[in-house]
Amino acid sequence: MGRIIKHILADILRNKIMIAYLIFLLVASLSVFNLQDTAVKGLVSMLNIIIFIVPLFSMVFATIYLYNSAEFIELLVSQPVRRTTIWSGLFVGLSVALVGSVIVGFGIPMLLYAMTAGGITILLSGIFLTLIFTAISMLVVVSTRDKARGVGKIIMLWLFFSLIFDALVLLLIFQLADYPIEQPMILISFLNPIDMARIMALLQLDISALMGMTGAIFRDFFGSTLGIFIAIAAMLLWIAVPYLLSKAKFSRKDL
Amino acid sequence: MIEIKNISKHFGKLEVLKQVNLHFSKGECVALLGPNGSGKTTLVKSILGMVLPSSGEIFFDGKSIFKDWHYRENIGYMPQIGRYPENLSIGQVFDLMQDIRRDFKGEKDRELIQSLQLDTMMDKKMRTLSGGTRQKVSAALAFLFNPEVLFLDEPTAGLDPESSLILKSKIIQAQQSGKLILITSHVLSELDQLVNRIVFIQDGNILFNDSLEELHLFSGKTNLTEAIAHIMKNRHG
Repeated sequence: MGRIIKHILADILRNKIMIAYLIFLLVASLSVFNLQDTAVKGLVSMLNIIIFIVPLFSMVFATIYLYNSAEFIELLVSQPVRRTTIWSGLFVGLSVALVGSVIVGFGIPMLLYAMTAGGITILLSGIFLTLIFTAISMLVVVSTRDKARGVGKIIMLWLFFSLIFDALVLLLIFQLADYPIEQPMILISFLNPIDMARIMALLQLDISALMGMTGAIFRDFFGSTLGIFIAIAAMLLWIAVPYLLSKAKFSRKDL
Repeated sequence: MIEIKNISKHFGKLEVLKQVNLHFSKGECVALLGPNGSGKTTLVKSILGMVLPSSGEIFFDGKSIFKDWHYRENIGYMPQIGRYPENLSIGQVFDLMQDIRRDFKGEKDRELIQSLQLDTMMDKKMRTLSGGTRQKVSAALAFLFNPEVLFLDEPTAGLDPESSLILKSKIIQAQQSGKLILITSHVLSELDQLVNRIVFIQDGNILFNDSLEELHLFSGKTNLTEAIAHIMKNRHG
């Protein structure tokens, strides 16, 4: 598998858009940390950038890259290589490049200016979100032959996870305001990795008091060791399920 | 060497291959002909494992190719449209292919790289290449590992006459050294001097599978293009 990853990575790292992404993250982090007077304020601003931009860019980039590589993937499939090797090579290649950008673009400035538990949680969230949304893109690409339709689905999914899902949750909260829904809210947050990332980061930034009763319940759950393990397990599931589904589909796909 | 047994393939409702049976052996140069959408590329892709047939079996050297991938070490494939990672240079694409077949022990055949003058532009990025140059890269890659079987999909369609001649003489040389060569094409006149068997596919059925002489006898025409046109016309009539 290593031999394929090496070349895919070399191809992605030379991509100008990938370089632009890295520079964007770097410039955003450096300017935010230099403009805000406290590290926590800077981190909150960066959290918003990370949970909106990272999923969007990871998905759009992975999707377009995979569609543009269709013929190349075809060529690889005609070579003496296992299909699953090709697919995992693509996943690892994309992940390494995208995660690397997050680490260099956000992680390094964070370590220099705001190395706190909150900062590290945001970095980990950025890494998890990258992997999750890359895996989701791979599933969309393998099940959608048409490029325009595939990119459309990706944009819809991003809108769903970053806006529509929250709107639905708010609606639910208002409708059920008379009932004790704080506990189920934890379960519901597992359904959206972006929400999970946001909650974990906000708790580490010690501003969960702003979230009222739900914040206290979240604090109890995500603050405990068990809660963190469950949250990380849920994130890993969010990576593994779409990725393994896409791999199974790819090994049966007609090219 | 390659045995195809009762292969059928349908994409949704469309039946692309209908119970196809074929046999190819060493030293043959077979032309796979047929109008657009007749199923010839699907057939080639099935043998390469790129398309999974709905039913039937394919054997390579007596072994079923399904769930196997090692047999592809013996196949060189030149696709109709060769697209490669856009940011890599020609040299890097060659490195990539050689890396993938790192286990290859035999002697590599770099002749086409020189004769098609690819060695002088190893630093050029793939995205800057014309369609013809990409085809040259595909051709050189197909021959690089000295495979026993060569699949050439429209090999000369985008090449200039000089490169086309170089490739043709390379194909003849490969055939003389006992390789199995499978060419799909609809530029029929190109093939006249090369092939010794013709398989004609239409609508997923094999209409004709015999030597060139038989085809001429069968249709009463001496020219390959006319003979094929004759079969097609009779089929429609």
